[in-house]
Amino acid sequence: MTAPATGSAPAIWTHGLTKRYGDKVAVDNLHLEVHPGEIFGLLGPNGAGKTTTILMLLGLSEPSGGRLKVVGLDPTRSALDVKSRVGYVPDNVGFYGGLSGRRNLAYTARLNGLDRSTASAQIDRLLDEVGLADRADDPVRHYSHGMRQRLGIADALVKDPDVLILDEPTIGLDPHGADQVLGLVQRLAAERGVAVLLTSHLLTQVQQVCARVGIFTNGRMVASGTVGELAAQRGGQYLVEVGVAEKADLAPMVGEIPGVADVTADGDAWLVRARTDVRAAVAERIGGAGLTLVHLHQRSEDLGQIYRRYFAEEGSDDDTERP
Amino acid sequence: MTTPNGPETGPETGPETAPEAGTDPAGTDPARQDLVRRYGARLLTPARRIPDPLRSHVLSRRVAEHPGRGWRAVAGKEFADHVTSVRFLVLFFLLGLACIAAVMSAAGFLRDVASEATDTPSPFLLLYTQSPERIPSFAEFVGFLGPLLGIAFGFDAINQERADRTLPRLVSQPIHRDDIVNGKFVAGLGAIGLTLVLLVTVMAGVGIVRLGITPSPDDVARLFAYLVVTLLYIGLWLAFALLCSVLLRRPATAALVAMAAWLVFTLFGTFLAGLAAGALTDNQTDEVRMEHTVSQVSPSTLYDASTATLLNPQVRSVGLLTAEQLDRAVPGTLSLDQSLLVAWTHITALGAACVVIFALAYVAFLRQEVRA
Repeated sequence: MTAPATGSAPAIWTHGLTKRYGDKVAVDNLHLEVHPGEIFGLLGPNGAGKTTTILMLLGLSEPSGGRLKVVGLDPTRSALDVKSRVGYVPDNVGFYGGLSGRRNLAYTARLNGLDRSTASAQIDRLLDEVGLADRADDPVRHYSHGMRQRLGIADALVKDPDVLILDEPTIGLDPHGADQVLGLVQRLAAERGVAVLLTSHLLTQVQQVCARVGIFTNGRMVASGTVGELAAQRGGQYLVEVGVAEKADLAPMVGEIPGVADVTADGDAWLVRARTDVRAAVAERIGGAGLTLVHLHQRSEDLGQIYRRYFAEEGSDDDTERP
Repeated sequence: MTTPNGPETGPETGPETAPEAGTDPAGTDPARQDLVRRYGARLLTPARRIPDPLRSHVLSRRVAEHPGRGWRAVAGKEFADHVTSVRFLVLFFLLGLACIAAVMSAAGFLRDVASEATDTPSPFLLLYTQSPERIPSFAEFVGFLGPLLGIAFGFDAINQERADRTLPRLVSQPIHRDDIVNGKFVAGLGAIGLTLVLLVTVMAGVGIVRLGITPSPDDVARLFAYLVVTLLYIGLWLAFALLCSVLLRRPATAALVAMAAWLVFTLFGTFLAGLAAGALTDNQTDEVRMEHTVSQVSPSTLYDASTATLLNPQVRSVGLLTAEQLDRAVPGTLSLDQSLLVAWTHITALGAACVVIFALAYVAFLRQEVRA
């Protein structure tokens, strides 16, 4: 669950991306990087500017400022090339209800210029992959919401994309359906090396599949990093839980380590507060003192707490602005 | 850092995107190899593995190879939808019924005429224009119901895609935005054209088999010209319905607006022209002229006048003729090119109106945000 080697070129890259509608700033100075094989989660409440960002990435909306590259191309100038390599599943994806799932995908294949035989083999494979093979010839209006969402993913894959953009892929799905969709996305990223950008306002799901997460609110990315990194940055504090087999007072010896703020007992374990990641130093010190280290881990704040904290900050900003 | 890269530049050559990469054109750079492995290997056969920038070039060529691919794909799907729709069946049944009624009525008339005089010019075309009983002739039927055909295939073209949430998916495919509107217009014209050709052909068949009247080459040419003008006229209504579907969110509203416009022009056109003329002038002769001029604004007037000229070689003017002008005029027939000469201003005006309305729909759609 870590970011891939920094050497690989990003499939999505934005620098200072900005979109204004009149006076309203929908996306403000966004820096974003998503690498091949990585799942990046854009997390934020409704109206945060997630969909606007996606439309700019697809060349469907022109940025007001900043630069962006998708698969190495500028979507504003090479919209067609970008769109032939980026699969997009809009939120609440819709299909032609009267046509079967297979026919809907065949239309997408034709729009992508695939020849009939390649397309039909591809579509059979994809329908199988998303678990819709047995319902492929039913009209889409008889599909459940979860089936539509999976058909949406198959639809985005018809063009064999390098980048997959999913807007709220799990919205309105029951937990089982959401798991199916997210499992599918995870498999795609791992097996095909597709770069995935997914937006959501549901924390648990993002936490479950995304290697890296960006927290997006009022058009601004207020934090980004791996879930662990975000959790660790608890206002610049790391929280490490240490347990040793022996009954010993760790406070004096661990407290000497540079960067450690305080050490407190927490039941059988000890809680170390530090400004930096001190896990290695703590392990070394305990080993050196002849004690047996039973466990040592960074106590992670779950994403929900981080999320709430960022939105609380946003809220307090709003409060101070009020007269 | 300040100059953006060209569209053909790969991400790994952009200094700001990956500072470590891009300086090594030989491809030994691990970052580049990683890119090819992760990124390009899947679509390419191992023998053709090429770096990413080249691949984007290959893909862009694939798009450029078929310039008409986008609108053709859209038109193909829409046309298939049209001809299999209930709407098409209903309209076809309606027009078919009108057609049968008209041909029965015209047949009776033609038998009488044929026994009396043999020098009636183009008896074949009378099949389409004559109907002595209380039933309108085929041409009248088409003139009245044609717009409905155009509206039926256009009123939900764009707004239904919005309602079904298929539009975001459609615009994210590698086609131009205007391919959607063009494809839908072409598909509508195709369905309308198919209907008209079928009806005209069926009537010709009835005329030939049951009545034994055969069309002359001139008749066939006139029918063809009639079909083209009719397609232009119905195309105008199709474009108008398309415009409504772009501007109005709900298909039902769009259909209602388009039909209201159709009724205003077809039923109340003359009445409104008379009112306007009365308001503009007091002189009675002038009023008639003025009414005639004002009524030219209505596409249905333009259409009626031009098709009357095309289907009847004896019509010599689309304008007003005074009693003095008609005095001692010898009845005669016009050849097709002369009939076209008489009607060409009307036909051109129809064509121009059609183009202008379509252009409005086109521009309105291109300026719209994807998101509702």
